[in-house]
Amino acid sequence: MKEPTGLLGWVDARFPLMSVWREHLAEYYTPKNFNFWYYFGSLALLVLVIQIVTGIFLTMYYKPDARFAFASVEFIMRDVDYGWLIRYMHSTGASMFFVVVYLHMLRGMLYGSYQKPRELIWLLGMAIFLCLMAEAFFGYLLPWGQMSYWGAQVIVSLIDALSPPLALWIRGDYVIADATLNRFFAFHVIALPLILVILVFLHIVALHAVGSNNPDGIEIKKYKDPNTGIPLDGIPFHPYYTVKDIMGTVGFLIVYFGIIFFAPEMDGYFLEDNNFIPADPMKTPPHIAPVWYFTPYYAILRAVPQKQLGVIAMGLAVGIFFLLPWLDRGRVKSIRYRGNLFKIALGLFLVSFVTLGYMGTQDPNLWYVNPVSRICALVYFSFFIFMPIYTKLDKTKPVPERVTG
Amino acid sequence: MSEMRSDPRRRRFLVAASAAVGAVGGISIAIPFVISMLPSARARAAGAPVEIDISQLEPGMMITQEWRGQPVWVVNRTPEMMAQLSKNVALLRDPDSAESDQPVYCKNANRSMAEHPNNLVVVGICTHLGCTPLNRSKMGNVEGMSDDWPGGFFCPCHGSKYDMSARVFKGVPAPVNLSIPPHSYLSGTRLLIGEDKKGA
Repeated sequence: MKEPTGLLGWVDARFPLMSVWREHLAEYYTPKNFNFWYYFGSLALLVLVIQIVTGIFLTMYYKPDARFAFASVEFIMRDVDYGWLIRYMHSTGASMFFVVVYLHMLRGMLYGSYQKPRELIWLLGMAIFLCLMAEAFFGYLLPWGQMSYWGAQVIVSLIDALSPPLALWIRGDYVIADATLNRFFAFHVIALPLILVILVFLHIVALHAVGSNNPDGIEIKKYKDPNTGIPLDGIPFHPYYTVKDIMGTVGFLIVYFGIIFFAPEMDGYFLEDNNFIPADPMKTPPHIAPVWYFTPYYAILRAVPQKQLGVIAMGLAVGIFFLLPWLDRGRVKSIRYRGNLFKIALGLFLVSFVTLGYMGTQDPNLWYVNPVSRICALVYFSFFIFMPIYTKLDKTKPVPERVTG
Repeated sequence: MSEMRSDPRRRRFLVAASAAVGAVGGISIAIPFVISMLPSARARAAGAPVEIDISQLEPGMMITQEWRGQPVWVVNRTPEMMAQLSKNVALLRDPDSAESDQPVYCKNANRSMAEHPNNLVVVGICTHLGCTPLNRSKMGNVEGMSDDWPGGFFCPCHGSKYDMSARVFKGVPAPVNLSIPPHSYLSGTRLLIGEDKKGA
């Protein structure tokens, strides 16, 4: 590669511009067999950018004050030119963030992307996931509608179940109040986004240090061209995967703007009906459920008939994901070459996760909600608890030396 | 894959076409974000014309009306004030309001509409640096002005002076006369600030 000249050369002599470009894009060698599942990482990055940009514009009109918050959101929706677009981009973006992140995590589970040597990438990714949940929770209080208020009330009561002084400290008042709204605003617009961006940066740095996994779950660095040292099954990220990710972006934006223009509330799943009513501390809505991305965990909470244990179970349901790299004793990464035990276990886990998600939206008085939630919760935890056993016993297929397809 | 040769012309075309489509998309999404920063519908509604009743406005009195967040003065000038206007001409920087901002129908010595020449309607913001001048309509050394003061307005910030037609005097920092907003009379006593006469 010839040395850059002119302005580029001037900058490059003072900043590692070209070497970063080469190491992370033009000469970052990525397995050539990426499939559909590998869109979701770059899409998550896209949604993060969308959320930050739309968030900045919403902050220009939003007022983090219990007296004005609800009205300021309605002001954005009605009186600010294109305010409805920016607000719906942000609210739909929140749900789409979880869609792509859940699929991104499932990809990791399908192809064993959390296994050695990528444990740290998984841990950083889980930290991002926790941060994202907190970000979504804080953000949901800001419109100061009925669901904002009572959702925050319920979640802070979970903390209250474990430690009342901690809950008091978080709220800054004896109930969810103006102080709570104001500090949640601070967390939502600056504290967590900063942490999120740093974690995403570290996640990518860690990924690029060890290189990407792939649908075959084998290391492309094993077979390199003896002259160039380039992995035989590797292709440069740019232009091959930048172009592929642009395709993914186009597809994603079609779905995303389709939702924004035609179903921004998604029948109450993305924006709940009750949140179009201003917060009223005197009156809880008759049916209260979290936004869809929290419902699997919410269902586990409700399934446990004891307050503190329910909170602990919910916490464990999220936290146990951190242990995945060490619970999995399988030597084979990709589901393509795993045995039936893992396939069945993962299948049951997915069914239980989706069912829990549905149960979390349902009225707890329906006869089936609690029994089904309990069975699914058991399946959910069994997937992790018995993982060291069934992954060890599993009859795996031979793994190819070079990537296929 | 290896036996396929890339055609640089086709490749350039594809890159250019993709970049063009991307640019159109990027600009399309940037437009709503930029427009969202313009005054909102509420702010625009606040800029609507305001109607005031001037039936109680005695000769020599001034009232202040907010319009688009700015003070608009309405002064009912006395015959003595009107008589003084033509004597000021030599002292003024822009006596004919050639450089100043006013509707066509107020571009005269009185700086007022022909049907009510004594009523001065003016935006009370100094053309120097945006302060609101004080009413010093009494002639002479009555309100802290000099003995030869012909009556008018005085800006406390940097000492700019205007006569009773809001025309700026020479030797002060303000460059031009105060602005006259568009206005019209709905009836003899009802004044509409912010809108010209219909069909005018």
